[in-house]
Amino acid sequence: MPERKSAAPRVNDFTIKFANVNGSGSASANSLVMKAIFRTGVPVVGKNFFPSNIQGLPTWYEIRVTREGWRARSGRIDIMVAMNAETYSRDVREVTPGGCLIFDSTWPRSSLLARDDIRTFGVPFAQLCNENFEGARARTLMKNIMYAGTLAALIDLDLEVIRSLLAETFAKKPALVESNMKAIEIGYRYAKEHFECPLAARIERMDATKGHVVIDGNTAAALGCVYAGATVGAWYPITPSTSLMDAFRSFCARHRTDPATGRRDYVVVQAEDELAAIGVVIGAMWNGARAFTPTSGPGISLMEEFIGLAYYAEVPAVIFDVQRVGPSTGMPTRTQQCDLIACAYASHGDTRHVLLFPDSPEECFQMAVQAFDLAERLQTPVFVLLDLDIGMNDWMTPEFRWDDSYRPDRGKMLTPEQIEGLAKFQRYMDPDGDGIPYRTLPGISPKAAYFTRGSGHSKFGTYTEDSAEYREVLDRLTRKFHTAAKLVPPAVTDGRGAAAGIVSLGSCDGPVREALATLRRSGVAIDYLRVRGFPFGAEVEEFLAAHPTVFVVEQNRDAQLRSLLTLETAVEKKQLHSILHYDGLPMPPSCIVEGVNQLLARGVAA
Amino acid sequence: MSFIAKPKVANPGLPRNTLGLNRRDYEGSMSTLCAGCGHDSVTAAIVQACFELALAPQSVVKLSGIGCSSKTTAYFVGGAHGFNSVHGRMPSIATGANAANRHLRYIGVSGDGDSLSIGVGQLTHAIRRNLDMVYILENNGVYGLTKGQFSASADVGSKSKKGEANEQEPIDPVLLALTLGASFVARSFSGDKEQLVPLIQAGLAHRGFAIIDVLSPCVTFNDHEGSTKSYAYVREHTETPVSADYIAPKQEIRVQYGPGETVSVPMHDGSNVVLRKLDPGYDPTDRTRAAAYVQERAMRNEYVTGLIYVDESRRDFHERNGTSDQALNAVPYERLCPGAAKLGKILGSFR
Repeated sequence: MPERKSAAPRVNDFTIKFANVNGSGSASANSLVMKAIFRTGVPVVGKNFFPSNIQGLPTWYEIRVTREGWRARSGRIDIMVAMNAETYSRDVREVTPGGCLIFDSTWPRSSLLARDDIRTFGVPFAQLCNENFEGARARTLMKNIMYAGTLAALIDLDLEVIRSLLAETFAKKPALVESNMKAIEIGYRYAKEHFECPLAARIERMDATKGHVVIDGNTAAALGCVYAGATVGAWYPITPSTSLMDAFRSFCARHRTDPATGRRDYVVVQAEDELAAIGVVIGAMWNGARAFTPTSGPGISLMEEFIGLAYYAEVPAVIFDVQRVGPSTGMPTRTQQCDLIACAYASHGDTRHVLLFPDSPEECFQMAVQAFDLAERLQTPVFVLLDLDIGMNDWMTPEFRWDDSYRPDRGKMLTPEQIEGLAKFQRYMDPDGDGIPYRTLPGISPKAAYFTRGSGHSKFGTYTEDSAEYREVLDRLTRKFHTAAKLVPPAVTDGRGAAAGIVSLGSCDGPVREALATLRRSGVAIDYLRVRGFPFGAEVEEFLAAHPTVFVVEQNRDAQLRSLLTLETAVEKKQLHSILHYDGLPMPPSCIVEGVNQLLARGVAA
Repeated sequence: MSFIAKPKVANPGLPRNTLGLNRRDYEGSMSTLCAGCGHDSVTAAIVQACFELALAPQSVVKLSGIGCSSKTTAYFVGGAHGFNSVHGRMPSIATGANAANRHLRYIGVSGDGDSLSIGVGQLTHAIRRNLDMVYILENNGVYGLTKGQFSASADVGSKSKKGEANEQEPIDPVLLALTLGASFVARSFSGDKEQLVPLIQAGLAHRGFAIIDVLSPCVTFNDHEGSTKSYAYVREHTETPVSADYIAPKQEIRVQYGPGETVSVPMHDGSNVVLRKLDPGYDPTDRTRAAAYVQERAMRNEYVTGLIYVDESRRDFHERNGTSDQALNAVPYERLCPGAAKLGKILGSFR
């Protein structure tokens, strides 16, 4: 998006951070603020930093208001809404000089926590709630809604937009609209009466959010599964992937249930563990239904044996891995891109898998559909690698489009007529030379029958321990993987002719693009390639060949994308320089700018 | 070991079923198990049951895990799709396959290692789902392919071939299934085809999870003196309170029984299972008493066989889900996809 100069540098360009206690209802207040800004036509980015806990621990929410439409964290905090006494001292420290802090002034605050380079706005939220609302729970909830009102006054947010959002949220409970609005207005009035409003960091109406929605990647992927025609979902609940299945169920309840009979065109199996969840997916796709499982790193570890079976017996499967911080249980509510290697080579023996890397909810929707087409076309498991940042955060993303002429690609699945025309069906032949055999579904004809096994088999589908027969099948699987490289979504590139390039993937895209703009302003021109699929296509090889210096930007400690590039392309290892971010928070652009500048200063590029 | 195709030469005089198929049409490839293995008798019973029921071969789906028993899915109904999956995980494959197409007959074959050790979790949850399938557990108390280790069904005091006695408590699949609320629980002996064939037929007619624990001696590793899963021991230590006769839909119940001796259970497919009470005090529809009966006989070193418990009224996996009648793998895509116009409306709530 083009950058614009502005006389008022912080108008529509600032970051608000909310420090809350989880389980206190702050999430709805924060998303109300974010949606109100979005509805005022100003682009927003929302990031949730929450604990692995149900109630009582600190939680933060960040809203970046970005007139340029950037998609990353800004790395600065202009307004801190400090509602959690436990984290207050740390929250005060985080505010960018010149910024401000809103706090509950009901109780005295230690002067030790003051800073003279920021402004503070004390509002007696608890006291105002006690005066105006009855009941402990209502008072807690209204305290959060009330700060949204104070904030609205300070950043000049239109109360009517907030009112209409509340009316939509509580369409069936109009009383709640009034009580929430009352809290908003109390907070708003207090700010107007006591502070100079608005701040320099404020909202001015724009027209830059038309044609966009605010949605998280898990919901988008679930919608993609519905549109792809998936009928079987199986999962074991695991953060941060659970909301994907929640969304699938809720879309299906509305769009896949016969309104007259209540009968469902879908099945969701809450399995006893991830081993069973992937087994259900494999069984269903083997039997011709489109099936998927959402999971995260620990689930991938558990699924590995079955994934190897699906690879070798050539059964389609679709797996959404919403990556979280590892190793082991790690930090379940923090983000990372740490399962690239685990997914690429999941399971024992020689296995290689097809991976897709969406960068946004929009691509989650598209790639969910592509994943089913690829899985059936290639008769193999396909992984869609989201991360917690994409999966659970609210992203402003272009409205998804749908072409009604789309029909699922069921791949080389023989029809009953084709089966009748055959002299004999043999499962693992390669008549087309692309490494992809033909398959049949149970229930059609005895002529179509074959025996699926994970033990050694010949191209005829029969059990074998014969070396040549075994190798013949294994070598064909390599050919199939080469075919996959031509079918996965191609990498996208930006810029050409520079000596240095960035290669990255997934949710790094937002920070990379912002960093590239910053570097360009300082006279550093760098080309960019974002891989969207694995195995890598020819365009990845070409980009690597054309750039003597390549910065590989990714969110894990061990440079897993770099490893895949060195293993699976002709690139020289010394050409690749890693810029890594793996603290569990979404990557900020500054990390890339600094990384590139440091590497350049060390003379890595010509 | 290699794949051996069985020659398809059938005696023209062989009896044919209503589909015009003979018994040989329900066989699969040649067994590679040891000569005299109990599992081969179970395979023969499955062949007989499917032939007599006149099932279209393609309407059957065969599923298994890993182990000697799991190999046998290749040895029956060659005209059916088979899936030899991973160790102990057949129930999840069966769940997915059944979810995709509720109209086929799912026959799972497993063993005591596959079902009671590595796969006990998946077995228990398939029972809880009341998945519509027949689950045949070929139970020999021993690991055959890895040469003779005790399995989880080995009885306390039972001796291995080398003379070592098992001290760990066994898991009895029948008691396990009763405890978990299985809707059809039976036990039989691979050497008793008369009993086993109608049990398999009744299990196929049952809508829901039908588990049949078949004591199936391992001639190589567990058929010696001191083993409680040998041919000789099982023959001498079975007790059958109820035997089952399968009566196909519309077939007349011809055999005359004395009053109070029989219970006829109508199955969902229109067939009947007639239970002959050999012990007049036994009630195969009373789960608590069935479990007590099995335990009492176990104390006396007796295996209770026959149809131990049946409840045809329980809702199966799909009924609980409210799945459409049409197999999910055959629902037209147009019915599954909400389309472009609705996408706009759906996205409206995200603005």
